[in-house]
Amino acid sequence: MNYTFHWNTVWNVKEALLKGALVTLELTIASMLLGAFLGIFIAFGKNSSRKLFVNIASSWIEVARNTPCLFQIYMIYFGLGQFGINVSSYFSVLIALTFNNAGYLAEIIRGGLKSIPVTQMTTARSLGMKISNVYIYVILPQVFKIVYYPSTNQMMWALLNSSLGMVVGLSSDIAGVTSFEQARTFRAFEFFTAAAILYYAIAKLIMFLSKTLGKKIYGTD
Amino acid sequence: MESNGTVEIITGLHIGDFFFMLQGAKRTIILTLVSISLGTILGLFIGILRGVFNKYVNYIFGLFLDFVRSVPLIIQFILVNAYFGISGHAKSPFFIGVLVLSIYSGAYISEVVRAGVLAVPLTTRRAARSLGLSWFHDLFYIVFPIGSRAVFPSWINIVIGLFKDTSLIAVIGYIELLRAGEIIITRTWEPILVLGCVGLFYFIICYPISKWSERFEKKVLT
Amino acid sequence: MIKIENVHKSFGNLKVLNGINLEVTKGKSVVVIGSSGSGKSTLLTCINGLEKIQEGKIFVDGIEVNEKKTDLNLLRTKIGMVFQQFNVFPHLTTLDNITLALKVVLKKSNEESKLIAIEQLKKVDLFEKADIYPNKLSGGQQQRLAIARALAMSPSYMLFDEITSALDPMLVGEVLDTLRILKKDGMTMVIVTHELRFAREVADLIAFVHEGKILELDHPGEVFDRPKNDETKKFLERALK
Repeated sequence: MNYTFHWNTVWNVKEALLKGALVTLELTIASMLLGAFLGIFIAFGKNSSRKLFVNIASSWIEVARNTPCLFQIYMIYFGLGQFGINVSSYFSVLIALTFNNAGYLAEIIRGGLKSIPVTQMTTARSLGMKISNVYIYVILPQVFKIVYYPSTNQMMWALLNSSLGMVVGLSSDIAGVTSFEQARTFRAFEFFTAAAILYYAIAKLIMFLSKTLGKKIYGTD
Repeated sequence: MESNGTVEIITGLHIGDFFFMLQGAKRTIILTLVSISLGTILGLFIGILRGVFNKYVNYIFGLFLDFVRSVPLIIQFILVNAYFGISGHAKSPFFIGVLVLSIYSGAYISEVVRAGVLAVPLTTRRAARSLGLSWFHDLFYIVFPIGSRAVFPSWINIVIGLFKDTSLIAVIGYIELLRAGEIIITRTWEPILVLGCVGLFYFIICYPISKWSERFEKKVLT
Repeated sequence: MIKIENVHKSFGNLKVLNGINLEVTKGKSVVVIGSSGSGKSTLLTCINGLEKIQEGKIFVDGIEVNEKKTDLNLLRTKIGMVFQQFNVFPHLTTLDNITLALKVVLKKSNEESKLIAIEQLKKVDLFEKADIYPNKLSGGQQQRLAIARALAMSPSYMLFDEITSALDPMLVGEVLDTLRILKKDGMTMVIVTHELRFAREVADLIAFVHEGKILELDHPGEVFDRPKNDETKKFLERALK
């Protein structure tokens, strides 16, 4: 091998890389929260009796799950541009990730809703509770426990997909910073190794935090 | 702009573009098929191995698998490509793509296979062994048929995922369907039309397969 | 008083209630007996509006259950119901199972809800289990919790739908004891059950339901010792074997 490794070039820009890690985390967490919020509505929409809601919800879910995430990013970045709306690469990634997360989370939530016996609703109603309260106090708390771990799994996907921003010119997350720096220094191997390590570390961090929080939620059963 | 007999449609797209995209689609499919074949063989091998071997081997494999699943695919593509570059034996983007995607899908498949092996009741397998069937017979006639039913829907999910993930290989220069589309867009600025076709292609392949897998899963469970 | 007038109910093409007439006066216990599928459970779920009837009227204290403008949620606070499968809320402690509806439906304060819940738990002998989750309770204890939960709402009427059918025979007694106490306290009850000895002991009126109709409605002594209808005779013969 006729190559000398220059790891110090990577070390020199460590602040930029760490800042990039923060942006990556930001994109991951924000898109998950927004996705979860929308996902609840989509889940109820698909279970609704109004055909319009069912169609919108199903379309969202099926497009999100059957097209590549990068395609979804392109649709926002390039697609909206055709209508004169110019979205930055950051927001293209954020919106596309949210769209993607919402589709997957909606199915996860629907699965959770389905596993709650109908009798929980019947019993709560026989106590005089109105339907919205039954969902808030009886159904959704139980659903939350069921969807927790699948949701942390989805969060991992959000983390991995956030790196796609690099393809549309995002330069502030880990992949973007790495790409920018390697174009400047031609040290692709060193920089992308660093990127790989950073992503791995963040993935481990997320898993650790989820397990810890999970223990609190599920108690010591 | 004219070039050997191409017809210009109002939008600025011409027939050549359509064939360009078709080529991209062909490459997407080939990449998927080759990678998933190799990945499945690899996954089967590792999965069964992990189901059988001791803790030490398991742990090493586990660590490697963990890494492959925690680092974004684009990073893996670029990293492996860079490695081959600096080692002096540069490889084609197709080679790199198949290498990375096979290992990537192999990692996920090995997990699924391991779960499938563990899902076969030990009692059933013991019954087989006490009838005199060998370890290998047990694997082939008991574990495989029973386990593969559980494994199949998850395997299909991985295939679909891989099919969509081929869109990332553009970063090392391989022009599959999505990249072909992007190239046309930057030239003609018809993103909705082009992306519409691209999206449709992915959708009409992924959607029926996943729906069929869902129905298969329901049938197996009942 | 609960008044059931000529009630008909179907599930799709299946006719389940075929003209039921029944009056439950205050302080009395009506026990409904009959073979499976005769419509007994459906009758109960129609009383508090969980199921809709196609024909006839049901009145609870003068309010018509099936009228559109009836506030069903309000009505249900007056009618307590206990189900065969207990249906406790698994994600809440024993105490919170009871305080939930008190706080959310009756809008009682935290302190008041807790006091009422503790009182009810003491009555069904579950006070020590207040902070435990239902999955750690036996079937009998879960059912007593369900009863306490319904009673905490201070209903005027209690409906019991085969509440001992899902229980281990060993645990049936403790649940029936709770009902005996309720009877003594003067609660108006409609009880659907297979436990015929218990029915005889506790009922003021026995209704024998067969294929969606009440074929016999009389004092327990009359129904069990001098049944007038042939179907009643056949049922009792089989059941009391």
